[in-house]
Amino acid sequence: MPRTARRGEGAWGWLFVSPMVLVLGLFLVLPILMALWVSLLHWDGQSNPFSSRAHFVGLDNYRSLLTEDGLDRTLFATSLRNNAYYVLLTVPLQTLLALVLALVVNQRMLRGRSALRTAFFFPSVTSSIAVSTVFLFLFQGSGAVNTLLAWAGVKGPNWYADPRGVLSLLLGALGLVDPDHPVGVLANHSILGLSWYQWLSGPSVAMCTIILLSVWTTSGTFMLIFLAALQDIPRELEESAAIEGAGRFQMLRYVTLPALRPVLFLVLTLGLISTWQVFDQVYVMSRGAPGNTTLTPAYLSYSSAFGDSDFGQGAAIAFVLLALILGLTALQRLALRERTPRTRRNR
Amino acid sequence: MTTRTAAAALVTCTALLTATGCSSSFGNDPKTTQDSGGQQHLTVLIATSGDAETDAVKEATAAYAKESGNTVTVQVAKDMNQQLAQAFAGHKPPDVFYVNSDQFANYAKAGSLYAYGDRIPDANAFSAQLRASFTHDGKLVCLPKDTSTLALAVNTRLWKKAGLTDRDYPTTWAQLATVARKLTGGKVTGLVTSNEYQRLGVFMKQAGGWVTDPGQKRMTADSAANAKGLAFVQSMLKSGVMKYAQQVDAGWAGEAFGKGRAAMTIEGNWLTGAMKLDYPGVDYKVVELPAGPAGKATLAFSNCWGVATGSAHRAAAVDLVKYLSTDKQQLAFADAFGVMPSRTGALAEFARRDPGAKAWADGTRYAQGPVTIAGFDKVLGQFNTDLQSLRTTDPKTILAALQRNGGQALTKGD
Repeated sequence: MPRTARRGEGAWGWLFVSPMVLVLGLFLVLPILMALWVSLLHWDGQSNPFSSRAHFVGLDNYRSLLTEDGLDRTLFATSLRNNAYYVLLTVPLQTLLALVLALVVNQRMLRGRSALRTAFFFPSVTSSIAVSTVFLFLFQGSGAVNTLLAWAGVKGPNWYADPRGVLSLLLGALGLVDPDHPVGVLANHSILGLSWYQWLSGPSVAMCTIILLSVWTTSGTFMLIFLAALQDIPRELEESAAIEGAGRFQMLRYVTLPALRPVLFLVLTLGLISTWQVFDQVYVMSRGAPGNTTLTPAYLSYSSAFGDSDFGQGAAIAFVLLALILGLTALQRLALRERTPRTRRNR
Repeated sequence: MTTRTAAAALVTCTALLTATGCSSSFGNDPKTTQDSGGQQHLTVLIATSGDAETDAVKEATAAYAKESGNTVTVQVAKDMNQQLAQAFAGHKPPDVFYVNSDQFANYAKAGSLYAYGDRIPDANAFSAQLRASFTHDGKLVCLPKDTSTLALAVNTRLWKKAGLTDRDYPTTWAQLATVARKLTGGKVTGLVTSNEYQRLGVFMKQAGGWVTDPGQKRMTADSAANAKGLAFVQSMLKSGVMKYAQQVDAGWAGEAFGKGRAAMTIEGNWLTGAMKLDYPGVDYKVVELPAGPAGKATLAFSNCWGVATGSAHRAAAVDLVKYLSTDKQQLAFADAFGVMPSRTGALAEFARRDPGAKAWADGTRYAQGPVTIAGFDKVLGQFNTDLQSLRTTDPKTILAALQRNGGQALTKGD
């Protein structure tokens, strides 16, 4: 095709997409660029950040988060630790639960399938604020959960007041460490201002309830995505596998799961992104308490912007979080990429 | 390809410039033209404790509107800090608003608050510590709206049950520890309070210490006096005669006190309203806090009536604040929702009318005002977090961390 004609086509193309490009640019790209600029300022939110009066500090906000020893770095490191445990537990659990639920409600022989589907999907359509409030009551020291535990003869913890890490509790129960007075290598070395012990102590009891809540609320949404994918698997494939003599487990392992791979990638990516941004549950339920163990980067960004009038710092936290999410998504893409049949045979 | 990239960059830049240039919210001019018309419209933003407070403020502003000919709209904030920050950034602030003491310094430093202290002829009639808390760069910025102090509330039934009488109200730390031990037993803990410096700070002050020097220029957190104060708290926590509210499964110490899980608590005069509302059957008495090695001490809290620099009605706004801060109006607020007047004269009258609140009113004479330094929200937040583990952590470690964090925030703020 002649070059000129193609160029004309390109121009028309740009013209047709221009409304969308404009809208996206104005409401998405532009604010992001503005926030990036703010993250380089010491801005208290009172003046025009795009005038000569703006106090440009370069990478200072990032420096105080990542390299300078101080409260900012300690809080940021704490929030990263908390959120890492949150992601590590929430993403696999919600994906697994969603997959199991989808497999269950996909059974053709199951009675009351649509009722079950609705029930499982229900938490996802309920407002997260409302669900969080209900959980607050359930997990009170004298709440329903502890009453149930008491019937079983277990004395439940005071969930939202318990800053102890569950891993350190486990190790403490085994007599390996004394959670109150950690000593040795773990206590003497630190990264980003937190001791190894603090990094490794696991999510706090309070954080576990938030993890439980998000697994419960989001698994319904992902169940729906899995269900759609399951119904897309051609019946012939399953039938021929059955004729070949595949059992139920083999069917799952060699037919169903490989067919679900693209959807699995989608679900994991969505889960990863949303769990790194957890904010509303923290805002409603704990505001970082107890002992900063439910502090997350998103909430820290909010509190440094609106609590300390340090909007530059808040924006910087948001961008470090963005970089982190992008990096992890890229890693995950690498890990889940389609392998060629040859490499599989070689293994 | 290069031309296309260049074109894209050019378009982006133009869009950026247009958007920032057109946005009305970022005015370059910090000076606001003042409205000099006869009838002005004022907006008041408040963070209310309940309907009683909202109604009282609405009633008072309506009376002002009638008298002055201006109109006043009262808005109730859901999240005060966020709404104010947005209003300031957007240059559309309310004319008059509550300023929380922990946010005061941030706003004052940024120049969002109109310092109207020099336009109040009788500013000296307001409590001195609170005036000091709301002073920035040597200027009184805003008038304290009301005042609260901390005192020791005692559950009379549990007190008698433990065999204690009116003569046993503790006046020293040793006595406090003794009665707390006598009161502890079964499901009752002697003293319950929250793990915040806003409560435990009384012991630091009673030992002769405090977080900063009186001028709030230097950190004095790692002083021996502070360590002594917290060590006393730690000894009470360790022996189990004192617990934090969360440990007895209460949202705040008042709840533990009302439910009879705490025989004593350290709270402010807001306790009166809460007890009346939630636990009307519980008898209690409020006495002054015991004195420490350095004498009597308590903490004072307040909000102030902020007037926005960005308001076009500053003169009328100051007028409204004057109207809301008269002796008569402060006493009316005290009647309506239980706050204590910030004027010393009105406070004496308040204590005369309400003998049950005498301990709180008396406390204002030796109370320490709140810390008001820009960027200190997270520093004090971290201090409160550390105080949660006071039972097992060396007080000196906690105070050293506070000293370091506070010092950094002070340097950063300069």
